[in-house]
Amino acid sequence: MTLEEKVKQIVVDSLHAEASQVTPEASFVNDLGADSLDQAELMMNIEDAFKQYVGDNIPEEDAAKFETVGSVIEFLKSKGVPETL
Amino acid sequence: MRRVAITGMGVISPIGNNLETFWNNAVAGVNGIATITKFDVSNGFPVTFAGEVKGFNAADFGVDPKTARRCALFTQYALAASKMAVADSGIDFAAEPDPYRFGCTIGSGVGGIDVTENEVLRMERGKTAKISPFSIPEMIANMAAGMVALQHGLRGLNYGVVSACATGLHSVGAAMRAIQHGEADVVLAGGCEAPICPVAVAGFAALHALSTRNDDPAHASRPFDKGRDGFVMAEGAAVLVLEDLDRARKRGARIYAEVAGFGQTCDAYHMTAPMPSGEAGARAMSLSMAEAGVSGEDVDYVNAHGTSTPMNDKTETAVIKQALGESAARKVSVSSTKSMTGHLLGGTGALETVVCAKAIETGIVPPTINYETPDPECDLDCTPNVARERPVKVALNNSLGFGGHNAVVALKAV
Repeated sequence: MTLEEKVKQIVVDSLHAEASQVTPEASFVNDLGADSLDQAELMMNIEDAFKQYVGDNIPEEDAAKFETVGSVIEFLKSKGVPETL
Repeated sequence: MRRVAITGMGVISPIGNNLETFWNNAVAGVNGIATITKFDVSNGFPVTFAGEVKGFNAADFGVDPKTARRCALFTQYALAASKMAVADSGIDFAAEPDPYRFGCTIGSGVGGIDVTENEVLRMERGKTAKISPFSIPEMIANMAAGMVALQHGLRGLNYGVVSACATGLHSVGAAMRAIQHGEADVVLAGGCEAPICPVAVAGFAALHALSTRNDDPAHASRPFDKGRDGFVMAEGAAVLVLEDLDRARKRGARIYAEVAGFGQTCDAYHMTAPMPSGEAGARAMSLSMAEAGVSGEDVDYVNAHGTSTPMNDKTETAVIKQALGESAARKVSVSSTKSMTGHLLGGTGALETVVCAKAIETGIVPPTINYETPDPECDLDCTPNVARERPVKVALNNSLGFGGHNAVVALKAV
C-alpha cells in the first residue's frame, strides 16, 4: 500500500467520506464536509497510524496547516514516512 | 392557563420500532425479552437477558447517517422516535415562522454509559489518555435533546431531565408546564435509553434489582405475580409531541389525549428502596388527579410502574389504593406493560404515556403478561394476560425512580 492510499483510507474512515471524493486536492472542510470534531478525530487516527514517525501528538501548529488531503501526505513525507508502506 | 394535547407519538421498543407495531404487540401480549445479543454474556454475568431493540438502523428512519454515527445509541433511538412522532403530528417545523416557540425535553437515565465504558477500556488497553473527541458529546445525557432539536430546528427551551426511571415522565411533565405557561407552543417530550452494555447490566445486577430467571427470559418480567424476582433491563425511546390544545384544534390535528395533570414528589427515604407506606407516591398520584380535576372514581386505567421487583409492586399496590381510595382502586384497570417490554429506565415514563394515550384512543387496556400466581399483597386487577376492552376517559401513568423520585401524569380523553 502506498502512503497516499493509506491516508485516503484513514480519511474515508474518519470522515465517512465517499472514496471517489478523497483526492490530494480535496479540502477537508469545503469538499469533504468536515467540522472541528471530525478534524480532531482524523488527526487522532493519523497519529495512531503513523506513531513511529510523528510521535504521540502532532503539534497544533502543524495540524492547523492541514487543509487538504495532500497537505497531510506532504507533512508525513517530511517526517520520513516512505511513499510505499 | 393553556391546555396541552398529545398530537404525535413515536416509539423504538423491544416489541416494535414504530407506534403501530408497538401498540399491536402490546395489546396482543407479545414478549420482547430474550438472551442478550449485544455483548458476550457467557463470561459469568449473573443476568444474561434483556429487552433489546431489534434490527435498528437510524438511517431507516430518515436520520442523516453522519449525524447518527456521531451519536451514542440512546440518542439515535431518540432521533428515530422523534422523526416518527413529528411525522405523526403532521407539523412541518420548517414551515413555521418562529422556531423559538418550539422546545424539547428528552432525557435519559444513564445516557452514554456504553460510550464511557468503551473509552475507559481504550485508555486502559493503550495506557494512553488519547480518546475520541466525540466521547464527551456522545456520552452526556442531555445530547438526545440537543440533537433532536438540531434535527428538527427547534430553538426554544431545551434540556434533558435526569431522574432515573422517572426521567421519561418528568420530561412529559416539564413539557406540559412549558406549554401551560406559554413558554412554548409545541414541545417534543420523551425518554431514551441504551443500557445493554456490560457495566450497566453488571451494575444493576449487583444491586440485586434484576430478575435472574436466565433459563426462561420470556417469563422473567412478571409484575404483580407472586413469583416475580426483579426487573428486566430494556432499551429504546419514546417521544411525544405535546402541543397547545387550541393550536392543535385550529390546525385540525388528531388529538390522542389531553395531558391534564402532573404530580411529582420525592420519598426522601432511601437511595433505592421505596418508602414502605407509599405515602409520597400516593401524594404524586393525588396531585396529578387534582390538577386534572378527577377523583379516584373517574380513573379508568393506571399504567403502573410495575417493575416486577418484589418491593415495587407491593408498595405500588398500596400507593394506588391510597390515592384512588380503596373502592375505586378495586374497580380500576391496572397493567404493567413492562411485562412485555422490560424496563426502559429513563425511557419508560414516556413509553408508558404513549400506552395511556393509545388506551384512551382505542378503548383497549393492554395486559400484564406472565401472570400466573396471585400475590395477596398485589390484589388489584392487573389485567392478567389478556387485553381488555373498556372505555378509557382518564388514565394515569406512574413512574418511580431510584433516588425516591415519583412522577405521575394524568391523561384525559378530549
